[in-house]
Amino acid sequence: MLHRLTHIVSCREASRLLSRREERPLASVERFKLALHLRLCRACTRFARQLVFIRRAMVRYRS
Amino acid sequence: MTTPPAPTLDADPFAIELDTHRRYLLRVARLQLRDRDLAEDVVQETFVAALAGRAGFSGRSSLKTWLTGILKHKIVDAIRHKQRRPVAATAFDETLDVDVLDGMFTDDGAWKAPPADWGDPENALAQSEFMDVLARCLDRLPPATARVFTLREILELESDEICKELSITANNLWVILHRARVSLRQCLEQNWFAAAPRR
Repeated sequence: MLHRLTHIVSCREASRLLSRREERPLASVERFKLALHLRLCRACTRFARQLVFIRRAMVRYRS
Repeated sequence: MTTPPAPTLDADPFAIELDTHRRYLLRVARLQLRDRDLAEDVVQETFVAALAGRAGFSGRSSLKTWLTGILKHKIVDAIRHKQRRPVAATAFDETLDVDVLDGMFTDDGAWKAPPADWGDPENALAQSEFMDVLARCLDRLPPATARVFTLREILELESDEICKELSITANNLWVILHRARVSLRQCLEQNWFAAAPRR
């Protein structure tokens, strides 16, 4: 079951959604798919935090 | 009639303060223009404009931020001029395919090398060594990718401005930025978070 749920949204797709989220608000379906995937996937949760960190690092770099 | 300030930076305390940001501005300009001489020119023009317009510096933003704002306009001008030459046109071909990134995933879309645990990365932000690693990772991005990413994250151009200046679509822009983030993440992981800690 768990395997199948993460399969609905792959890590590849989740990583793309996370990156898209930096450019524009996600549609509700996208948000739902992403939230579901992140609850089940530690790797993508890390990736999500790391993207936020990179944004903060760039703010620091330019200030 | 007043004469415009000479482009030398002698003995004026404001000019000396400007000069402390030269290295940073040159780095940003080089990432954008990929041409050392042109980058020098653009930074020099930025200093001339800053000296002439120093009354416009309110001190509300930092001097670095104010200078970066001036640099942004100079770079956009330079890009517009450069664009007319056949140099820049082909530069994006390498980066427009999101599938390039698919090498990171297995056929069914799982991470080949899942992102590592970075612990609490916040400490890194206060360390100049980390900022040096970040700068080197920016230098290592493919040229066109670095340009777009720094236009967005350092010069703070809006997405539609970037698309207009570089004649790319919104989807192209997203692919390039995604690629930049993924590459930077990997570079920071390899060279800081997984490297022998100097922390």
